[in-house]
Amino acid sequence: MARLALLLAALAGTAMAGPPDAARQDQLRHLVRQDCGSCHGLRLTGGLGSPITAAALAGRDAGDLAGLILDGLPGTAMPGWRPLLTEDEARWIADYLLTTETQ
Amino acid sequence: MMLKPFLAALLIASPALAEDLRGTGDLGLVVEREAGSLLVVDRSERAAIGRIEGLGDLSHASLVYSPDERFAYVFGRDGGLTKVDILTRQVVRRVVQAGNSIGGAISDDGRLVAVANYEPGGVRVFDAETLEPVADVPMGSKTVGIADAPGSRFVVATWDTGEVWILDHSADPAQPAVTKLEGIGANPYDALLTGDGRHYIVGLFGEKGLVQVDLWQDPPKATRFLPDYGKDQPDLPVYKMPHLQGWTLADGLFALPAVGLHQLLWVDAADLAEIGRTDLAGQPVFALARPDQREVWVNFAPPDNDKVQVVDVLTHQVLDTLTPGKGVLHMEFAPRGREVWLSVRDENRVEIRDTRTREVLGQIEARAPSGIFFTDRAHRMGL
Repeated sequence: MARLALLLAALAGTAMAGPPDAARQDQLRHLVRQDCGSCHGLRLTGGLGSPITAAALAGRDAGDLAGLILDGLPGTAMPGWRPLLTEDEARWIADYLLTTETQ
Repeated sequence: MMLKPFLAALLIASPALAEDLRGTGDLGLVVEREAGSLLVVDRSERAAIGRIEGLGDLSHASLVYSPDERFAYVFGRDGGLTKVDILTRQVVRRVVQAGNSIGGAISDDGRLVAVANYEPGGVRVFDAETLEPVADVPMGSKTVGIADAPGSRFVVATWDTGEVWILDHSADPAQPAVTKLEGIGANPYDALLTGDGRHYIVGLFGEKGLVQVDLWQDPPKATRFLPDYGKDQPDLPVYKMPHLQGWTLADGLFALPAVGLHQLLWVDAADLAEIGRTDLAGQPVFALARPDQREVWVNFAPPDNDKVQVVDVLTHQVLDTLTPGKGVLHMEFAPRGREVWLSVRDENRVEIRDTRTREVLGQIEARAPSGIFFTDRAHRMGL
């Protein structure tokens, strides 16, 4: 299991090193809406997970949020996304959540 | 003078009118969650025949049908409860009854619609005809896994407080008799009622194990089982919570999607003992028996949500791995199991396959489709 995670991380890392390009940004926006949306709602207004709109996250540190995205929140249903995302991508998502008005 | 009876006779006799009539037994609705719309589909034609718009935020939306299979009650994330007419393809009524909802159910007499809410946490019950409020039952917790039980009852579990509540509306719809089972377990995340209405099975996220509540006992009796099921420390990350509603009783067995394991678990329904596991391609989300119960069809959480696997109920072996496309969110079988309809979200289409040859029989354009609901659900318990 751990090996699989490492392999996935390695694959993601080699393919997607550095800040995400425009095409990858589209994929990440899609991931936020659809996959984060499974628990946080398509409009990020919350569900089983808490709201993650820019208003709800106001004042949170982007680096902390990126860490939380990568490693999850133990004791809750929030999984770590490290097997699927690079650190740069998690940081991009954190910035995106903090600055984007959801409709 | 005799015009009125004459016209009435003409109307009754008119073959043109008869051609305009149609049944709804082969119809269904597909949730287009981002667009806030429903696609009306015809199984016989394998085609969309209309669209109903203006339903708000349909993240995680589900719906139930009226006993006449003409109206659907749609439960939206934004607390919206919408009654739609699938024949005229119109919104009949819509109320925003809470801040954040997760699902709902319709009573066995078709008169009450109950909505399970996250915010404010609890259940609100409405008149199915008018959507006027009938009862409000605050529970001090997010609610999950609401189901209709026989005798105008609703059963629901509470995420924050680990309880199961049974609301009995049979004596006075506005004042349900409440039976509360405490200490069910930490963070129930979903639940299901078996097709006979007897067993309410609760999945726990906060600790290992599952709980079965026997509604035939008085008081209802809770039994813990499958002590290694679920997770407190995940073996693998869970990028989408499994749905329990599709859990299957096939050949005397439950087929359960594991949480945090890429496996299907087989449990003997008689003594709740695990009797086997099947390795799968990813984290299972739905594990649904084909209506003849010969096979279980499974879809997956990201990143494996382009696949569907078909598992043999007798041998527990994976028979086929299909790749319908990116974002297979839901599967719905034709009532007698001949076809399966799959929503392929990221490719904006619904794919129709023969359940025996697996051959693609057709596809229908849809905007980022999620749930597919055929009208035969009107006559099934516990949905």
